[in-house]
Amino acid sequence: MTSVAHAKPQGGGGGHDAHAPMSFWRKYIFSTDHKIIGIQFLFVSLFFLLVGGLLAMQIRWQLGFPGKPLPGGGILPETMVSGGVILPEYYVQLVSMHGTFMVFFAIMPLLVGVYANFLIPLKIGAHDMAFPRINMASFWLALLAGLIMTASFFVPNGPIRSGWTNYAPLAARPDLSGVTVGQMLWCISIVVLGLSSVLGSLNYITTVINHRAPGMTWFRMPLSVWALFITAILGVLALPVLQGAAIMLLFDNVLGTHFFDPVAGGQALLWQHLFWFFGHPEVYILILPAMGMVSDIIANGSRKPIFGYHSMVFAIIGIAFLGWIVWGHHMFMSGMNPTLGSTFMVSTLLIAVPSAIKVFNWLGTIWRGNIRFHVPMLNALGFVSMFTIGGLSGIFMAATPVDIPLHDTQFIVAHIHYVLFGGSLFALFAAITYWYPKMFGRMMSERIGKVHFWLTFIFYNMTFFPMHIIGMGGQMRRIYDPTIYTFLKPQQPLNVFISYSAFALFAVQILFAFNFLWSLKFGKKAPQNPWDDNGMEWSLPNPAPHGNWDRIPNVYRGPYEFSSPDAGSADFLPQNLKLPTDRDPVPATLPAGH
Amino acid sequence: MRWWLPDAGSTFAGPIDALFLAILIITGIALVLVEVGLVTFVIRYRGRPGRKAFYTHGSTRSEVIWTAIPAVTMVALGLISNHYWVLIKDKRSVPPNAYHLGVHAKQFEWQVTYPGPDEKLGTSDDFTVRNQLHVIVNQPFAVELTSEDVIHSFFVPEWRLKQDAVPGMHITAWFEATKTGEFELGCAELCGMGHYKMRARVFVHTPDEYKAWVAQQAAGGTE
Amino acid sequence: MNGRIFSVVGGMFLLTVCSKGNQSNAAPVAPPPAPAAAADIATAGGTITGKIKFTGTAPRNPAIDMSEEAACKAKYPTTPTEENVVSGPANALANVFVYVKSGVPAGQTFTAPTTPVVLDQNGCRYHPHVLGIMVGQPLEIQNSDPVLHNIKAIAKANRPFNVSQPGAGMKTSRTFSAPEVMVNLECNVHGWMHAYAGVRSDPFFAVSKPDGSFTISGLPPGTFTIEAWHEKFGTQTATVTIAGTESKTANFTFAAH
Repeated sequence: MTSVAHAKPQGGGGGHDAHAPMSFWRKYIFSTDHKIIGIQFLFVSLFFLLVGGLLAMQIRWQLGFPGKPLPGGGILPETMVSGGVILPEYYVQLVSMHGTFMVFFAIMPLLVGVYANFLIPLKIGAHDMAFPRINMASFWLALLAGLIMTASFFVPNGPIRSGWTNYAPLAARPDLSGVTVGQMLWCISIVVLGLSSVLGSLNYITTVINHRAPGMTWFRMPLSVWALFITAILGVLALPVLQGAAIMLLFDNVLGTHFFDPVAGGQALLWQHLFWFFGHPEVYILILPAMGMVSDIIANGSRKPIFGYHSMVFAIIGIAFLGWIVWGHHMFMSGMNPTLGSTFMVSTLLIAVPSAIKVFNWLGTIWRGNIRFHVPMLNALGFVSMFTIGGLSGIFMAATPVDIPLHDTQFIVAHIHYVLFGGSLFALFAAITYWYPKMFGRMMSERIGKVHFWLTFIFYNMTFFPMHIIGMGGQMRRIYDPTIYTFLKPQQPLNVFISYSAFALFAVQILFAFNFLWSLKFGKKAPQNPWDDNGMEWSLPNPAPHGNWDRIPNVYRGPYEFSSPDAGSADFLPQNLKLPTDRDPVPATLPAGH
Repeated sequence: MRWWLPDAGSTFAGPIDALFLAILIITGIALVLVEVGLVTFVIRYRGRPGRKAFYTHGSTRSEVIWTAIPAVTMVALGLISNHYWVLIKDKRSVPPNAYHLGVHAKQFEWQVTYPGPDEKLGTSDDFTVRNQLHVIVNQPFAVELTSEDVIHSFFVPEWRLKQDAVPGMHITAWFEATKTGEFELGCAELCGMGHYKMRARVFVHTPDEYKAWVAQQAAGGTE
Repeated sequence: MNGRIFSVVGGMFLLTVCSKGNQSNAAPVAPPPAPAAAADIATAGGTITGKIKFTGTAPRNPAIDMSEEAACKAKYPTTPTEENVVSGPANALANVFVYVKSGVPAGQTFTAPTTPVVLDQNGCRYHPHVLGIMVGQPLEIQNSDPVLHNIKAIAKANRPFNVSQPGAGMKTSRTFSAPEVMVNLECNVHGWMHAYAGVRSDPFFAVSKPDGSFTISGLPPGTFTIEAWHEKFGTQTATVTIAGTESKTANFTFAAH
């Protein structure tokens, strides 16, 4: 199956019949079908999500019960534990790799690798991505990067110890960090992952610009596609900066350069500027697709159009644009010129505004709706409530004087997790459940999904809300034993509470894992449009066939025409459903012969 | 069990805590509005047979209102915050009468250099103490932060004081302690496996206590 | 369709299973330690003995303020001092590492003992302060304090290491792969803690005792250059010829500075 073949006019049956039957390997392993690639990303990323969670459990064990032997710790080598007790160097490796795996190999690929791939061609009415083979390469590079990163656990001295942010000079000096091969592997993995992201972004951007179906104007695209499109632009511009920084760090480690080491003319702060210039757009990469998909799901659940569609689009663009000029808010205490602190404070406070606009518009969407509480809707509403807390907590740190006591404390950790878990991960629970039927042809269990949502919501808040409090109390990040400090000892009961809540939270995820895996084989067979949704993907069978449509459909309206008067007795109106009153649109730009 | 910020111990704590509280109130109001709104709508507009959703694409007026109010609030917050930010961090804000101490951070200890009885830093009667910071109450002090190896961060919670110590840089951080007693200094930037143990004790003395301590150190206390 | 999905799942998991095999730098921990004298191997052979002293006034060893580590401070009835110059009666000099610098016949190999040399962290000090160890012989580092120590080995010929022991009772074992005089050992949590390890590929070394005496035994016949190393006073050499099983004397006198 070559990419050239996709451009030719399709015969009947989704394109299969026009080609010789493919081997299992070509069809499911080395596939260029965007849907298969999305599913590949899904399985691999869920695995890394599990790995990140296991690392977190060990972190919470040490923080809740410092110096107590880890249950099952005996299987770990003596470089990591001594008599079962987590060693300080292993602890900082745990926090570093938890962050690394979760950000780069779980959340980012789950949001972008899975849903940009799976949804974009379906939702804009294309047969596949613009460059299917580059798309396939993007997945295999991401997998390779994940394996390289995992390998760092198994080399002498183990993985990095300087936090997922990997600050130099600590990260640039093996004699000071104790990390040798592990640092090289981190850098190499990041470069490979960056390449994967950039290739993916090229596909998403090109496909959205060039392969929209006739009638699919820019302002008729679902917000999920808008968000994924803008995210792709962020990715293609931001990841290369990180790749450059990682290469410089690699050179400092192995070639004897001193980019980041002042000993020979380098600058310690250079790493922070480079990393955060990437890092801030990165966190918007980690939230915008979630916001986009949540918009689709909330409109569906409310049976109403999204409130303020245009504002929502401009808010996405505004967040992405402002996201380039806020990076210094990670560096308020870094020793950079305080005047920069002032300027970054202004831009950071301003970026709260488009995020607020989005939250109000989601509320406006459910206002006077006719709400269906399906599992995706529950999780999407959970997203809104938790993201609000995460976003508001950011305002404390944006105000530079207040950042002074809060920087590098657990307050920041609480903020991060409210936006990444309370935000992105709840959005992913919603999205995975919502598009599961389109991927696998079956429904996930509604009952298990509801129990999972409520238990996760409860234990999640029990785990992460108290972190705001211990952060205010002054507990620093990445410390192996808070009880060393007299002023932190009184808060230790809260650390214990958080740890127990975290263990419960992790245990509850078994429900999701079981639901996901069991439903693959035993889930109820899905009707074609189980959520009564308007998206173009729901006019295809479940699972969608290779090449998606025989003939590209026409688009007649916007994406959220729920409860439209034109819909008659139904409360939804698919984008590509032709009503007697509709006229065929002038074809959008498509390759000749398509 | 501590549920709030540490007890105020410096002149910075007043404004910072007030700003913190102001933000808490503003964000608290916003949070309550959103969450109560969410829950109210979810209950009130739950799907029931025979109902239809209200078909609307939005309201420009609403957009303007809920864009303008947050924007104005953020700008105001920024202006007020910047005033204190400059006061705390700007080099020109260091009081001319501040006592200067040298604080050299290294894996995994704080080396504090005191100017000695001649009260001048950089002379032969300076002495350095490991992991002990001694200052005078109600007297501005300035620490000259340097680092031997990697980035560390000088953090005294009660003083609401935090400043990274960066190798290759010489950074001045000033403060004025307002409460006598013993406190703690921790490192607030991951600096290696001993990061958590990079703790110093902080002593805020009356002027007489301080003089006596300096004399005792210079006479042959520890090096 | 679903069978194929499972094949995809299976394929993915196969591809993402990582190899087992936890690599560790440490040699296997040796059986319960006995302080090992360096020259255990020889039963026959020549001996070099001597006494080491210094002239002049011993510089004062600075006092160590352990106030920041109460658990260690409590172990001392009087203020502990650093061990830069440890002297005995009549200006005897302890902690001098004496070894055969040259003269051992080339090609002669010596098996390292399996009994470890024990380095104990007690009262936030290293015991012993200066030690000798053979290439391949285990160095067993133990923590007798209920506080975090890290042991950082700064070495040029050997691979440096840096391990932490956050609690009492923890033990870690390391070996050296090349001769090196001296490997510096330090704790970064307690900046006054220093120890020095002289790593040799033969057993012909000793550390002078508080009375300044040392003994190197089991030497084959030959002419040897022996070097005495002191952390403050530098190095001195002497040449000694051994024939048969005789005992020769080599004294060293350092000048205090």
